Amino acid sequence: MATILFYAFAFLAVVGALGMVLNFRNTVASAMSLVVTMVALAGIYVLMGAHLIAAFQIMVYGGAIVVLFLFVVMLLNIGTDELSPGRQRLVKLGSALIVLFLLVRFLRVLSGFPEAPPAPEGFGGYREVGIALYTDYVLLVEMASLVLLAAIVGALILAKRKVD
Amino acid sequence: MITAVVIKTVFILLVAVAGLVPVITWIERKQSAVMQDRIGANRADVAGITILGLFHPIADVVKLFTKEDVVPHGANRALHLLAPMLAVVPAIIAFAVIPFGGVYQFGETTVDLVVANVDWGLLYIFAIGSLATYGAVLGGWSSFNNWAMLGSLRASAQMISYEVTMGLSVVGVFMVFQTLRLTDMAIAQDATFRAFGFLEVLFGISVPAWLDWVRLPNWGIFLQPLGFVMFLSAVMAENKRPPFDIPEGESEVVAGYHLEYSGMRFGLFYMSEFIEIVVIAGVVATIFLGGWSVPYLPQEAIIGGVGSVFGTGFATGLCMLIHFLSFMVKVVAMIWLQMALRWTLPRFRYDQVMDLCWKILLPLSIANVFVTGLVIMLIEG
Repeated sequence: MATILFYAFAFLAVVGALGMVLNFRNTVASAMSLVVTMVALAGIYVLMGAHLIAAFQIMVYGGAIVVLFLFVVMLLNIGTDELSPGRQRLVKLGSALIVLFLLVRFLRVLSGFPEAPPAPEGFGGYREVGIALYTDYVLLVEMASLVLLAAIVGALILAKRKVD
Repeated sequence: MITAVVIKTVFILLVAVAGLVPVITWIERKQSAVMQDRIGANRADVAGITILGLFHPIADVVKLFTKEDVVPHGANRALHLLAPMLAVVPAIIAFAVIPFGGVYQFGETTVDLVVANVDWGLLYIFAIGSLATYGAVLGGWSSFNNWAMLGSLRASAQMISYEVTMGLSVVGVFMVFQTLRLTDMAIAQDATFRAFGFLEVLFGISVPAWLDWVRLPNWGIFLQPLGFVMFLSAVMAENKRPPFDIPEGESEVVAGYHLEYSGMRFGLFYMSEFIEIVVIAGVVATIFLGGWSVPYLPQEAIIGGVGSVFGTGFATGLCMLIHFLSFMVKVVAMIWLQMALRWTLPRFRYDQVMDLCWKILLPLSIANVFVTGLVIMLIEG
């Protein structure tokens, strides 16, 4: 059951990713393909038992960040002609290189799968992640919050200047 | 295992989506009529019998299905057709983690009346809720209409803003019940606490012994009253119904993001709002009103009391039924509350909705987390 689900989610993730990269004609459809990939990845995280990451994957990436992308794409309304042929060729070249790289990785995986150590009890649950974040990594959490605060202040200044 | 999941899924969808939603459309009309001193929907009839207008939901569905499904010129056809489904699906799959009954022992087998009894139940609901934005965003954009576009921008801004408050306002509840699993939350509320005990803990006032008899159910609404008000406002704003219906506005953006929709696709947008009402009622009932629990009558008391006369098996089954009915009573009460608020309060302006979220609810919910932590620290010493 888990294996079938894994392959289903993996297939969806790959299809979504390809749909996002190869969809030159319609940028909104491209962003929606990204959502498919995000949700499929969340499904894979659930199969791995990392429930918190799965929920955040959907909430933050699927629900907030891609919506932001969508906003930008919709309001700028980029048409096909704005992506020059040279640029399109560059994107195609880049994706071809990435696919080549992934193929090499895939062949290496096929040749032998390293045995992963078993996950500790409760791994990936909100309780364990929360305890780890607020005891061992509390300094990093505070630093991240400072970075976010700086971003908020920066955004406010940029937006305010336009209003005034 | 799989059959049990399928049975529970079909059951909850039959009750909540197929059963409650048509009734809600009827209540919507009837309650607004009562509150505005009108007679209300009473014309649809079968052979002259109207039964208080209860045929109206059927007439609605027939009308919506037989209407022409218009896709405007210049619209993005695929996304235009997809958007209503993206609005409805998150609302429906949120039912997966809402428990409509507790955990019961029938001899060897354990029965829990929830489709997916997952450890991260409330997080799942928030995650699914954040996906509901896409229906509104794509519905407006793909219609190729400026008003629809403006409506969808408003809808998504509102939904993303209130997601933050929605999450933060229930952090206090997590702290009190120490769990995110909705079944465990309901079990924790299947108890009582001393109503005046807080005087002793917080202010050191000794409470006379006879006041110990005054006990309250261990419900979220009594332990987190501010959290209840804030969460209810936030989820109602997520649902985008009045008084938070800023994506729609006849004088500003016409009908908002579903302006260009007709027939059943418009009906799907409408249905998603009504399904969300049931989801909200279920979630609020579970985390603030004790879920399936019966106040002052814990599960062991029901099973023990009835079981001593009629046998444990019968008592457990009866307890299951009582718990389900208790949950439904709370759900219906919360639906009534949402309807009453919808027809009582005047509409907010766009900036008022945003101010309410960022300037009032957000600071208050953070303060609520802080105070809750402080009180828990004092109680646990």
